[in-house]
Amino acid sequence: MISIDIEKSLNSHNNLSVLKIAQEIPAGSITKIYGPSGAGKTTLLKVIAGLTKPEKGKIRVNDTSWLDTENGISLSPQERKVGFVFQQYALFPNMTVLQHLRYATNDETWTKQLLTIGKLEAFADQKPAYLSGGQQQRLAILRAMATKPQILLMDEPFSALDPDIKTELVRNLLLLWKEQGTTVLIVSHNAQELEGIFQREIYIAARRS
Amino acid sequence: MDLSPILLTLKLAAITTVLLLLIGLPVAWWLSKSRSIFKLIIEAIITMPLVLPPSVLGFYLLLAFSPQHGIGKWLRDVFDVQLVFSFPGLILASVIYSLPFMIGPIKSALQQLPPSLAQASYTLGKSERQTFIHVLLPNIRASVLTAATLTFAHTLGEFGVVLMIGGNIPGVTRVASIAVYDAVENQDYSAANAYSLVLFSITFITVISVFMFNKYKAKSPLE
Repeated sequence: MISIDIEKSLNSHNNLSVLKIAQEIPAGSITKIYGPSGAGKTTLLKVIAGLTKPEKGKIRVNDTSWLDTENGISLSPQERKVGFVFQQYALFPNMTVLQHLRYATNDETWTKQLLTIGKLEAFADQKPAYLSGGQQQRLAILRAMATKPQILLMDEPFSALDPDIKTELVRNLLLLWKEQGTTVLIVSHNAQELEGIFQREIYIAARRS
Repeated sequence: MDLSPILLTLKLAAITTVLLLLIGLPVAWWLSKSRSIFKLIIEAIITMPLVLPPSVLGFYLLLAFSPQHGIGKWLRDVFDVQLVFSFPGLILASVIYSLPFMIGPIKSALQQLPPSLAQASYTLGKSERQTFIHVLLPNIRASVLTAATLTFAHTLGEFGVVLMIGGNIPGVTRVASIAVYDAVENQDYSAANAYSLVLFSITFITVISVFMFNKYKAKSPLE
């Protein structure tokens, strides 16, 4: 169970707005986060991952407090170790596909399985600059999955994929998430995208502070 | 032609570059991470040698490390080390004088990397140090090479600071730029020309190598 109750000011489109959210997300569920641009969807994921701090709030994951601004608790991203798929992929230009996965995990069998799921076996020795947009996006997903995270945060993770590849990839990911009990939060601005896979939806509205 | 000033200059430039790589990488990384008044002050101090007359810097270093008082006296009394008019003194002066040439390009390159690169590494459980070594540093390789080359080339051409703190002791502190000055003073223009040509050639080859390595993308020292 992830329990979130946070408040963070945002500076978007030159207007000061605030992200205010209180939600409980069951473990092992797949949740869609949607809402207008600038409402704070990406910021919410970054707050959960520990990459940015809210002004006030609490985050509890199972029995562990990840964040409690009143009591000065804030676990580092390394301690939270969530899987994170960045909207712009954030791939390492110096590393090949295989090196990306090996940087995240020492499990060679798991690495090979990930390459197969992402259909990137033939590109294992390629650096991101030589991959297509869709291949880069798949690598970003595989890298985030490589650590077998308890929580997976995905920011527009399927936007560059062909429909056929997307369908097959999502089917394989769903099996893996179920097997590993992963709690998944997916940010999407497309209301119809991936219909049917979500157990929950969170709408984030832009609020003026 | 006496080759000792040339060899001494190359030795000084090589040692200064290696020392500044060791000092400059962590300092540039620290400066690139976030802004604070304290960091701004440190950055301003590091940048001072770019704009300060070398003779002024040399004068203050001479005062600071004079064996008669202050740090210089303490170093002589406790460690039996004298920095003024010695080769170690030249190294210290060169390190201070070339500091902005090493730190500037590296800090700028680190700041231009998307923050999400380091963030992605942190979410994989990697420490800041691991992230710096495996992700950030390999992606600013060209800028590190540019910084090291600029530092090397800049040290080759030092004159004012070196003269103030090192003087003109043959084989100890008499570097090539001082040998040129000395030869001109003695109206030995052929020796001055020989030293100058060698310095010019080494510097030109060094700089052109960087441009070729970086495929014409070498950064300016102020970027």
